[in-house]
Amino acid sequence: MVKYFLGLSVLKSSWDQVFVAFWQRYPNPYSKHVLTEDILFREVTPDNRLISRRLLTKTNRAPRWTEKYLPSNMARSAYVIEDSIVDPQSRTLTTFTWNISHARYMAVEESCVYGVNPDNNSWTEIKREAWISSNLFGLSRALQEFGLARFKSSVTKTMKGFEFILAKMQGGTPSRTLAETAKEATDKVKETAVAATEKAKDLASQAQKKQQYV
Amino acid sequence: MNSVGEGCTELKREYDQCFNRWFAEKFLKGDRSGDPCIEMFKNYQQCVQKAIKDKDIPIEGVEFMGPNKEKPGS
Repeated sequence: MVKYFLGLSVLKSSWDQVFVAFWQRYPNPYSKHVLTEDILFREVTPDNRLISRRLLTKTNRAPRWTEKYLPSNMARSAYVIEDSIVDPQSRTLTTFTWNISHARYMAVEESCVYGVNPDNNSWTEIKREAWISSNLFGLSRALQEFGLARFKSSVTKTMKGFEFILAKMQGGTPSRTLAETAKEATDKVKETAVAATEKAKDLASQAQKKQQYV
Repeated sequence: MNSVGEGCTELKREYDQCFNRWFAEKFLKGDRSGDPCIEMFKNYQQCVQKAIKDKDIPIEGVEFMGPNKEKPGS
């Protein structure tokens, strides 16, 4: 399940001002969720392009309704990597940004190209694409199936246990037949539980495959 | 802006200042005379790479623009 986003924005500043600002935009009043910023790698290529890797730490702001689906000890901050190429010859800045933590719950990838606005060359346009995917829905379906199957097998065990004890109370020591019946029942319950676990695993991996496919 | 390594913020600031000046005044203007901030970058990197290891931040083996390779032609 992938959500796709495509957008075009304009900044009324020249490309070189925007590129300079790109490296100085943190902190700003709108970036309170960005906690740290570091350049991990930087190099000028033989064809005079600047490639950089920036690491950001951002607060993990998840809405409250997700809390019951997510582990309670989930990290509060998320790590994001932004790779970029500045090409002063073509006056373009290309970025690719994605999260390297929490990706199992949600993966967000963004690709941007900054360049001179074709209608007004003292402005800069940004073409932005993003892909947002979450494995969460597939996983929670699988968890539900597993939980229900486990509950059902627990109920069966409970009933069999009652029957065994009642028979014992009414007939004295349980006969071998009863004991064998009880063992058979336990085996059957185990089989059902294994089948249910397999089904749940299958659902979970189907959900995973769907995500990888796109 | 703070560095992810608490003790690296000062080194980061020094490097950033050097870089921003070179970037605006030389690099974007087509001046290919080379990066004057290499030493400062090295010092800053030593600090930050250690912080990354200590905090177990999973940056190992991540290819440049890695996931972008899988994207349908945009």
